Amino acid sequence: MSETLSAIPDYLHDGTTLRSWLFTTDHKRIGILFALAITVFFFIGGTAISIVRLDLLTPAGDLVSDDTYNRLFTIHGIIMVWFFLIPSIPATLGNFLLPLMIGAEDLAFPRLNLLSWYLYMGGATFTVLTLILGGVDTGWTFYTPYSTMFANGAVLTAAAGVLISGFSSVLTGVNFIATTHALRAPGMTWFRLPLFVWSMYATSLVMVLATPVLAMTLVLVMAERWLGLPIFDPSRGGDPILFQHLFWFYSHPAVYIMILPAMGVVSELIACFARRRLFGYSFMVYALVAIAVIGFFVWGHHMFVSGQSAYANIVFSFLSFMVAVPSAIKVFNWTATLYRGSISFEAPMLYAFGFLGLFTVGGLTGLFLATVPIDIHVTDTYFVVAHFHYIMVGGSVCAYLGGLHFWWPKITGKLYPEAWARFAAILMFFGFNLTFFPQFVMGYLGMPRRYHVYPPEFQIYHVLSTSGAVVLGTAYFLPLAYLLGSLWWGRNAGINPWKAKGLEWQAPSPPPHKNFPVPPHVPDEPYDYHPKEGPLAEAAGDVS
Amino acid sequence: MAAMMDFKLSLPEASQNAQQVDIAFFSVLAISGVILLTLLVLLLIFIVRYRKGSRAKRGPLPEWLKREFELGWTSATIFLAIFIFWWFVGGSIFPPRAFPGQLEIHVVAKQWMWKTEHPDGAREIDALHLPVNTPVRLVMTSEDVIHSFFVPAFRLKQDVLPMITTELEFTPTELGTFHLFCAEYCGAQHSRMTGQITVMTQSQYARWLRLQPHGDSLVREGETLYAKFGCGACHAPTSRIQAPKLGGIAGQAVALQTGARVVADDAYLRRSITDPRADIVAGFTPIMPSYGAVATSSEVEALVAYVKALPKEEQQP
Repeated sequence: MSETLSAIPDYLHDGTTLRSWLFTTDHKRIGILFALAITVFFFIGGTAISIVRLDLLTPAGDLVSDDTYNRLFTIHGIIMVWFFLIPSIPATLGNFLLPLMIGAEDLAFPRLNLLSWYLYMGGATFTVLTLILGGVDTGWTFYTPYSTMFANGAVLTAAAGVLISGFSSVLTGVNFIATTHALRAPGMTWFRLPLFVWSMYATSLVMVLATPVLAMTLVLVMAERWLGLPIFDPSRGGDPILFQHLFWFYSHPAVYIMILPAMGVVSELIACFARRRLFGYSFMVYALVAIAVIGFFVWGHHMFVSGQSAYANIVFSFLSFMVAVPSAIKVFNWTATLYRGSISFEAPMLYAFGFLGLFTVGGLTGLFLATVPIDIHVTDTYFVVAHFHYIMVGGSVCAYLGGLHFWWPKITGKLYPEAWARFAAILMFFGFNLTFFPQFVMGYLGMPRRYHVYPPEFQIYHVLSTSGAVVLGTAYFLPLAYLLGSLWWGRNAGINPWKAKGLEWQAPSPPPHKNFPVPPHVPDEPYDYHPKEGPLAEAAGDVS
Repeated sequence: MAAMMDFKLSLPEASQNAQQVDIAFFSVLAISGVILLTLLVLLLIFIVRYRKGSRAKRGPLPEWLKREFELGWTSATIFLAIFIFWWFVGGSIFPPRAFPGQLEIHVVAKQWMWKTEHPDGAREIDALHLPVNTPVRLVMTSEDVIHSFFVPAFRLKQDVLPMITTELEFTPTELGTFHLFCAEYCGAQHSRMTGQITVMTQSQYARWLRLQPHGDSLVREGETLYAKFGCGACHAPTSRIQAPKLGGIAGQAVALQTGARVVADDAYLRRSITDPRADIVAGFTPIMPSYGAVATSSEVEALVAYVKALPKEEQQP
């Protein structure tokens, strides 16, 4: 950083009052605000499930009551899905990086961005207080007519909070779409966008199109529960299955809201630490868009045993197989990117490898669930629980942590302790597998999900799973400790400690209020880690 | 701790369907295993060979080669996906049509118990005894929320819905006692809504059935309800109020006011009780009130059973 530039304060020091944070419109500060909030919610949701896992050590459920057990897994599900995973990468890393990566000063609508945080905080805090003080036992899925006619507890207020925070998703989505269209730096064409930006764009489309359906569904649930309008209650002519169609029409695309950003992050990590252009950039872009689009047409695979017609089952099964194709293509491309690379093993890369393995297992077990006769047996068992945790925790959380480490120097200006970080990444991988792999086995053997007491033959798997959870929990606390510690004791990172490509690495660390002291210009494709192949580049030789 | 040593790694295949599911499961497992292993081996090779500082060759790759690879694995993946779909899903999921000789068991789920009823009126709670190698048809409904009838050893699961009947057909092939679980979360004691399926030899089943205290059979129960709801006031052959006669109607084609013809199957009879205006029989006025809110799901089932048992042109009471 030159002498003249250092006169501009970085975004962390551009005002230090609480007011300067709570009324900021700087995308980087809002990203930090989101990061603080989701971290708190992550540990609340994690605490809830830790009690559940401890309770499952014995088949009789000796630790808590049936009712408490049900409330705990509901707290876990609602918080982790809506208040951690959905905003995790988009609202934190996305908020921070999207303008930096396209060479913009800020998002297109900075004040809307702040409103997005307040809506999220309002909705999430309200719901979490409701869940803890009032208690809801419907699970995060709110299935009717249980949730509308039978459940005791604060279903109404919990749904209202989720509804409010949904608007935050929509606003963030609109903001990202507008920013990507309007604020790209000169020379930053669509096919020069880093894949992380493409993943944010695809995610935003899904958020904007799917979230209103969730809003509508929750309003209908509230209308039946509060006003008594018969919508889902079959004894008054309603249709309980209608709820499931509406719910999964949002909630299946929501899975892609959680995994597409992770794919974006991992693309950046692998290219940087393999020092290699991403293999098949344009195919990666098409695959992202294909997943976002096809993801809207597979919701019925959650309902193979609901009594839905056999013809519908066939169609949804076929479409579910089709949505697996672009995901597989991405995995092949990441692997091929390593070919002829120069691979180093910093912590972010270890997380990316972890993602690759765990996401692949998650994706492959998705094939089982798309196969109707197998799904009939394993749906609503621990097999499904393991499957979506491999995607959402093994995939999304792994990528989030990888990204957090990768961009930590840019976000804070400090280096994190590498040895600790590698240890945490490896520990997480083993802890994760020990927690969730036994769940595949017991799911196949018939252990239903959401069971407080269970037959004793499943105990061994629960004991394995709980011991894995202890390791996994430790691996989550480690980064919390050493990343916070690095704020005080970390060495200064400099502008580009990884020698990574990408515009965000041209801005100072941490960047100042308007990001780039000199507006950047983009002359070439992303991932310019090695000379571009010319028409005469040798094809023969070197067969690996 | 001793109980923990009791675990098993395999699950009995106790129905015809179970074997098919297992074949599909382990085939997809094998395919996935090969894919995962190939990927891990490739990763390992690349990680070792192209680690930073190694002396492996690192020239650029020609564009055409990359495109060939992309097209290659894209089409291979699509082909594999269609293959698995075709082989294990296509055509295999249509339930077999009902045929005579099936043992028809009525199942009513409620928070938090399973009630089952055999054709001759024997009833059980949280238990179901079945004869081996006999085709069974479960006709299921719920009295409150959504439940799900799940027998892992049969590899079968079907949601049980309020006011709607769902069916499950299978043939037990193995003697023994198997878990019955409720698989759809249904409230506080969801995990205690379990039971036992006991599969016995056919003679054991016959003996067991004789020893059960018999309540009214479903048909007798329906007869009582027919009288209680005063159905005969309109539907009895002697009635002066114009209403379709019910004797022998089950399974017959019925002409509707709309000109359509429908077969009077269980679903039609059920609908005609809970929502009589849905299908108006040609030549009749829609004067029948709906019994959907008056009769419970299990009462509707009993009425349907009674109507089906009515012989043709019999003088009804």
